[in-house]
Amino acid sequence: MPDPILCLEGLSKEYPTKSGSLTVLEPTSLTVGVSELVSIVGPSGCGKSTLLHIVGGLTTPTSGRVLLDGHEVTGPGAERGMVFQAYTLFPWLTVRQNVQFGPKQRGAKKAEREQLADHFLDAVGLHGFRDHFPKQLSGGMRQRVAIARALANSPRILLMDEPFGALDAQTRTVMQELLLTIRSKERTTTLFITHDIDEAVFLSDRIFVMTARPGRLKAEICVPFGSDRSPDLRTSPEFFQIRAEVYDLLHSEGQAVVDAEIAAGSSASG
Amino acid sequence: MATSLNIQSQKAVAIPAVPRKRKPGLFQLGEDIPRGAYLTIAAASFLIPIALWCFLTYSGRANALILPTPTHMMSAALEMYHDGDLMADMKISVTRIGIGFLLSAVLAIPLGILMGAYKCAEAAHEPFVGFIRYVPVPALIPLVMVIAGIDEPAKILLIFLGTYFQMVLVVADVTRQVPKDLLNAARTLGSNRLQVLFNVLLPATLPGLLDTCRTMIGWAWTYLVIAEVVATSSGLGYAIMKAQRFSRADEIFVGIFILGLLGLATDMVFKIAQPRLLPWAEAQRN
Repeated sequence: MPDPILCLEGLSKEYPTKSGSLTVLEPTSLTVGVSELVSIVGPSGCGKSTLLHIVGGLTTPTSGRVLLDGHEVTGPGAERGMVFQAYTLFPWLTVRQNVQFGPKQRGAKKAEREQLADHFLDAVGLHGFRDHFPKQLSGGMRQRVAIARALANSPRILLMDEPFGALDAQTRTVMQELLLTIRSKERTTTLFITHDIDEAVFLSDRIFVMTARPGRLKAEICVPFGSDRSPDLRTSPEFFQIRAEVYDLLHSEGQAVVDAEIAAGSSASG
Repeated sequence: MATSLNIQSQKAVAIPAVPRKRKPGLFQLGEDIPRGAYLTIAAASFLIPIALWCFLTYSGRANALILPTPTHMMSAALEMYHDGDLMADMKISVTRIGIGFLLSAVLAIPLGILMGAYKCAEAAHEPFVGFIRYVPVPALIPLVMVIAGIDEPAKILLIFLGTYFQMVLVVADVTRQVPKDLLNAARTLGSNRLQVLFNVLLPATLPGLLDTCRTMIGWAWTYLVIAEVVATSSGLGYAIMKAQRFSRADEIFVGIFILGLLGLATDMVFKIAQPRLLPWAEAQRN
C-alpha cells in the first residue's frame, strides 16, 4: 500500500434516543494511502455517511479519532474537500464564482482564483458554462461544478458522499468515467461512499463492505485494475468476478435491513 | 428469428398516419391552461361584476344611496381629487405604511435571522413573540393611545405591532429552511463561522425574505386602515369613515377602490422586482 495519508482510529458514533442510545457506527479503523481511491459500500442506514461526515469534521465521533498526515482533525477544513449527494452549489453565485469560493475564503488573489477556476472548469468540461447560474444546469453538470469547486482548494483528500446517487443511470456512468479521468491527472486521494456495487468496483483501488446497522467493516476487497481503466472494463469477466464477490457480501446485509424494518413495523403496530 | 422479432417490434411502435390532436381540458388538476384562456377568465372576473353593477344601477334597480352608478362614482372621485383631499390622504397613508413597515422590517429581519440561526436567540425571543402575536392588534389600540397619543406615532406603532411579530417568526422559518448541506459545503470549503453566516446563510435567505416582505406589506395595509378608522383626521381610512358619516356611498366606494389599487400596485412592485433583484433564484409564486 502507498504511504498512508488518512487514518481512522476506532471511530464510533452513538445517538441518544428516548429508549437509550442508538449505535449507528461501531468502532471502525481504516487507512487510506496517497492517491488511492477507497470506497465504502453498505446497505442504507449502515453509518457509512456518518463515517464520512466524521472525517469531514461535520459530525463529532463518540469515540476514536481521525488523523490526516498524522495530525488529528477536529472540525471541517479546506484540506478535506467534500462533495455531497444533494446539490450544494451556492445558487446566487455563477459557476465560476462557485469554483472560486474556497480560494476566496482563504483570501487568494483574483488572478489566482480565475486561473484555478479556468483550470478546474476545463477539467470537468464546463468552461462554456462559467457564467451560468446553478439553476440553469442539469443535475450532472451541478455535480461536475461541485467536484471542480472541491478540487480548486487543492485538498489533501476528497470526500465523496454518494455524489452520483441522485443522477440517472446514464449520467452516472459518464460521471464515473469523468472522475477517473480527473483522478488520472490530479491524483487526488479519495474516500468514496456509495451503495452502487458497479460504481465501487469500477472506481476503487480498495472497497470496504459494511454491515447493516450498527455498521462495522465486514470485509476489504482489493481491486487490481490499476489506474488506467476504460469503459470496456465494465463488461470484462474480472469485473464481474469482483462484482459478484461484493454482491455476496452485501446481499445478506440488505436482507438484514429489510428484516429489521419489518420487525420494527410489526412491533410498532402490534 | 432475431429479424422477425425486430420487424414485429417495429410494427408495434408504428405511428398512425394522421395523429389525433387532443385539446387540453381546462379542468386538469394543477395543469397549465392556454394563456389566452387564463387571461379571458381573469378579465371576466372583473368584467362580470362591473357589468352587473352597471345593470343594477343604471336600470334603477339598486338604491342609489347604497350603490351609486359608475358615472356617479367617477365624478365623486374627480371631485375628491380636485379638492386635493384624495391625493393628500393617499400620500399620508402611504407614508404611514412606509415608515411602519420599514421599522418592522429593520428589526424583524436581523432578529428573525438570528432566531433561525441560533437556538439561544430562538429561546430568548420566540416564546415571547409566540405569546404576543395571538393578541389581536385592535385590542392594543387603547394601550397604544395611552402610550403614543393619537398622532402619527400611534398609527405607525400600530402598523409596527401588527407586522413585526408575524414577520420575525416567518423570517426565522425562512432562515431555518436554508439547507444544512449548503452550510456544511461552505464549512468544508474553508469558511469560518462568520463567513458561513455572511457569505452563505444570508444570501441563501434573500428570496424568502423578499417573499416575506411582499406578504407582510399586505398585513401592513390592514393595520393602517384599522388605525385610520379608529382615531385620526387624515388618510384613506379616515376618508372612508368621513364619507360614511355623511352617507356618501359613492365616496366610500372610491376609498375602498383606491385602497385595493394601492395594495395591488405594491404587490406588483414586488412581483416585478424579484426576478430583477435576484435573477439566480428559482421561480417564486405568482
